[in-house]
Amino acid sequence: MQRSPLYTILFATAVCIVCAIVVSASAVSLKERQDINAALDKQRNVLQAAGLMDAKEKLDAQEIAKRFENIEMEVIDLATGEPAPDVDPETFNQARATKDPATSTPAPPNPSFIKRTPNHALVYKVLGEDGGVEVLVLPIEGYGLWKFLYGFIALEEDLNTVRGITFYDHGETPGLGGEVDNPRWKARWVGRKVFGDDGEPEIEVIKGAAPPPAEAPYEVDGLSGATLTARGVTNLVHFWLGDNGFGAYLGNLEQRKAT
Amino acid sequence: MTGKQREALVDPLFNDNPIALQVLGICSALAVTTRMDTSLVMSIAVICVLTLSNVFISLMRDSIPTNIRIIVQLTVIASLVIVTDQILKAYLPEISKQLSVFVGLIITNCIIMGRAEAFAMANPPGLSFLDGIGNGLGYALILMLTAFLRELFGSGRLFGKEILPLVTEGGWYTPNGLMVLSPSAFFIIGLMIWALRVWKPDQIEED
Repeated sequence: MQRSPLYTILFATAVCIVCAIVVSASAVSLKERQDINAALDKQRNVLQAAGLMDAKEKLDAQEIAKRFENIEMEVIDLATGEPAPDVDPETFNQARATKDPATSTPAPPNPSFIKRTPNHALVYKVLGEDGGVEVLVLPIEGYGLWKFLYGFIALEEDLNTVRGITFYDHGETPGLGGEVDNPRWKARWVGRKVFGDDGEPEIEVIKGAAPPPAEAPYEVDGLSGATLTARGVTNLVHFWLGDNGFGAYLGNLEQRKAT
Repeated sequence: MTGKQREALVDPLFNDNPIALQVLGICSALAVTTRMDTSLVMSIAVICVLTLSNVFISLMRDSIPTNIRIIVQLTVIASLVIVTDQILKAYLPEISKQLSVFVGLIITNCIIMGRAEAFAMANPPGLSFLDGIGNGLGYALILMLTAFLRELFGSGRLFGKEILPLVTEGGWYTPNGLMVLSPSAFFIIGLMIWALRVWKPDQIEED
């Protein structure tokens, strides 16, 4: 049917307005539930990184809360590496703190395209039976190929051996870079060492397969077809475990252990 | 139910199956059929989007200006897909994560555009509704059959429940690794098309 141009424009506008209202109404009304799901998913990832949950396990909110019982959340000051007891870990939102100029600092130029680092960061400590820290779970984020990857890396008591790594949010290509959340690939990180003899992060996602951790402690198997994602993961781990990230905090823990 | 209505609903299952005869929507059929639960959710999502888009397009069919009809169809379909994606994220977060981009890619699933353009633009809403359900079911049928074979032989499970005990877990079944990879869906769907055309020779295209 041939119509006048005015009719066509009005029709298109009407369709757009109706569709926009429907889409935004659904997004707004479902936001709360999605946020709850996202928070649970994050907690699941903390458990997975810490090795307290198998990737295949399906846990409901109660079971997650139960496994979180001996995990202590702590907010720390990234610059000094000291605990920040005046910030409540239950309400602290690191993502929001990173965006707010009042609670973050511009980051030096880095290959992970991190523009600002938060002044405070939330860490998870898995406590052993004697009350000592058995596993330390640290949040990590940085640019992959398409978008930021968000995840956790867990370190053993020696603050050097990787206990696990997870990514709970990323936009990498499914089947290629998206394999960063493949449990089999994540398992390749377990037992690798992060820091070299000089104390700098040395761990790297290489191309191809890496020998077992005993022979190649600083190498992790690459992801085929995902060189840029792999490089991004290396960069972001280096950033967060280096001096711009948790370097000061890890140094403090190291010192306290020595004395 | 008149003959025409039955035709709209039942024909797409075997006689005019969107995947097997029209060979549309293959991309998602390859991607999500490694497991039955993801395939089921994908099928339901496609049935909902397809039916609703058919109804809405059909309701507007006399007022849509011809020169912008494709983009209007696309806007309606895209909005429906976004709403579906939001609902999945809110109520089935795990499955939504596994389906990842493929829910969003329903927008580009040719079955939906194809039915909107070929059927809903020329038929009343009631008939378009049935056509949407029929084609959605036709898609779902192939998807579920493929997923059944792939999950059973690829990982020894159905809907995540163990059926064939795997060697790695102390059983006797060595899983077929190919079944977990996308190319196996190509073979399975190819074989299905072959079987269907042996059964219904009138579907064979002439050279």
